[in-house]
Amino acid sequence: MTARSAGALMAETVAPAALPLRPATRKRGGPWLGIASAIVYLFLYVPLFVVVLYSFSATKVNAWPIQGYTLDWYRELMVDDDIQESARLSVTVGLIAAAVAVVLGTLAAFALDRSTFPGKPAFRFFVVMPIVLPGIVTGVAMLSFFSMLGWPLSKWTIIVGHATFCITLILNNVVARLGQLPRSLDEASADLGAPPGRTFWRVTFPLVRPAILAGAILAFTLSFDEVIVTFFLTGRDKTLPLLIWGRLRQGISPEINAAATVIIVVSLAGVLLSNRLSKQTTFGG
Amino acid sequence: MQTVQNERKPEIDPARASGIPSIVLSDVFKFFGDVAAVNGISLDVRQGEFLTLLGPSGCGKTTTLRMIGGFELPSAGEILIEGQVMGDRPPYRRPVNTVFQNYALFPHMTVAQNVSYGLEMSGVPKMERKQRVADALAMVRLPQVEGRKPAALSGGQQQRVALARALVNRPSVLLLDEPLGALDLKLRKAMQLELKQLNREVGATFVYVTHDQEEALTMSDRIAVMSEGRILQLGTPGEIYERPRTRFVADFIGQTNFLEVDVVAADGTAIAVDLPGSGSLHTRIPDAGQPQGRMTLAVRPEKISLRKDVPESEMPGMNELSGRLEEVVYVGTHTQYLLRLPGGQIITVQRQNRAVGESEYFVGETPTVVFSPLSAALLAD
Repeated sequence: MTARSAGALMAETVAPAALPLRPATRKRGGPWLGIASAIVYLFLYVPLFVVVLYSFSATKVNAWPIQGYTLDWYRELMVDDDIQESARLSVTVGLIAAAVAVVLGTLAAFALDRSTFPGKPAFRFFVVMPIVLPGIVTGVAMLSFFSMLGWPLSKWTIIVGHATFCITLILNNVVARLGQLPRSLDEASADLGAPPGRTFWRVTFPLVRPAILAGAILAFTLSFDEVIVTFFLTGRDKTLPLLIWGRLRQGISPEINAAATVIIVVSLAGVLLSNRLSKQTTFGG
Repeated sequence: MQTVQNERKPEIDPARASGIPSIVLSDVFKFFGDVAAVNGISLDVRQGEFLTLLGPSGCGKTTTLRMIGGFELPSAGEILIEGQVMGDRPPYRRPVNTVFQNYALFPHMTVAQNVSYGLEMSGVPKMERKQRVADALAMVRLPQVEGRKPAALSGGQQQRVALARALVNRPSVLLLDEPLGALDLKLRKAMQLELKQLNREVGATFVYVTHDQEEALTMSDRIAVMSEGRILQLGTPGEIYERPRTRFVADFIGQTNFLEVDVVAADGTAIAVDLPGSGSLHTRIPDAGQPQGRMTLAVRPEKISLRKDVPESEMPGMNELSGRLEEVVYVGTHTQYLLRLPGGQIITVQRQNRAVGESEYFVGETPTVVFSPLSAALLAD
């Protein structure tokens, strides 16, 4: 329970005793706020829940009520070479895109936090841009860029495409963290005899590392289920989301439900882990 | 690494024996854009001295400290530490350690790792490091927290860790940037005494920055009162308090009555001035300058006494004024009396509450206000 709700609870239990004539403090918004929130959450999560549920359904067609439960579809996932291959591709693309973004995004974050240079606001704007650009714009732009360069489409072009928005995630995370770090920590390190390089590795980097890691996990998660940019930039390879998209033309099979469930689990785990890392930001000194 | 190690923190200090100043600032300026944060400071800090830079915020005291530490470089002028010209030497190559205002402890390291950091940087072997860390923590009376992270310590404990982390390196100069600012009053008072003792024990030169005049008076060997990037007066706490040279210094340190007076006569031994409405008064000779024209007379409230009736013969040479008591403020250890003089000026008198049954004064009474010419200073501005 949060401190605030604990406080509210205390107020509710204590106030009537002190002032017996007054009704207990009512929650703001009455019951409607609760009902509205419930509807929103149902709207968001029921479809996900249904997909997960159907992935365990014993029948071949999605039908309600579910007749029986089975793990067959997951077994089928394991032996489906196409799915195996596309899953491997998705993981590879996600890992490399996140790695590229970690290096470039971290460097950019340090540049933004530690130095002043002409055009800094513009630089920041253009680095953050890819995350808000519609995927279709990024996709079309990069596609024509690569064909202008004469690069054949492959997993490498997907990686470059994904890296553009992954950089933004890392950058935002690291800039936020650097902003929280008192500059006096660097000064204290220098004061105690550490040249700038040692200060970086002993003080600055360890303190930014959780932010970089959180950004990297988020970047991987985003890359893992990205469709639009991938659709434009892929050659013959299919990432997992693209493969699922292609198979949907033959109808929603329970196997697709199982694959979707895997993606949901990976994404959820990624977001939770990233969140957890981001929250380790308390400074004692 | 080897060269850096040799340049830092010599354990036996050759400079100390030769008697040269620990720190020399000569004509130091620091500009931020067009603003002169430090506007021409020259200062010798003695070996082992506890020197306080005292002034209101924005007076340049912290900038001065940061220039000694190497965090800012002077725009002009020179800084010498232990006889060596600092020039543009970075902080990690100066024989100086700093206790930062917010402590700046490394949050991801334990207390022991924090304290050991400087030793590690200068290549002290592991076994010696361990011993010296333990010694340093014992010195600041903070044992048994070695394994904890700074966040798990109270403000006062963090303060001690910061001190230990700096002192463990045996610097010849320790810089302290308002280190007690975040502590509550009781703890602050206790730490003031401890800092003074540490200064004597370790023998390092302490340069201490504060805006708290009481803190400065309590701890310092000498105080440099600063305003607008300049040192207005440098002296022992007694000198600064008893013989302020300017109105700013008298006003900033302690409480003072300021009276506008006209100089009537001045010779080598005494000065006569006219206080409008009250007549002639005598003052001591100012430390510098020839008194003339309209000046400010400064008298501390505790140097003034009240008398019900005074036989002329009893107090030859004392200044006497008549005043009407307008306000009595009881402050526990002492009582403050506010009197209005015939010329309309208000004068504050402070009297120690010694014993019950002392003669009391009530609002509306007209006691005589008495102070010695030696307690009255003429100030230029």
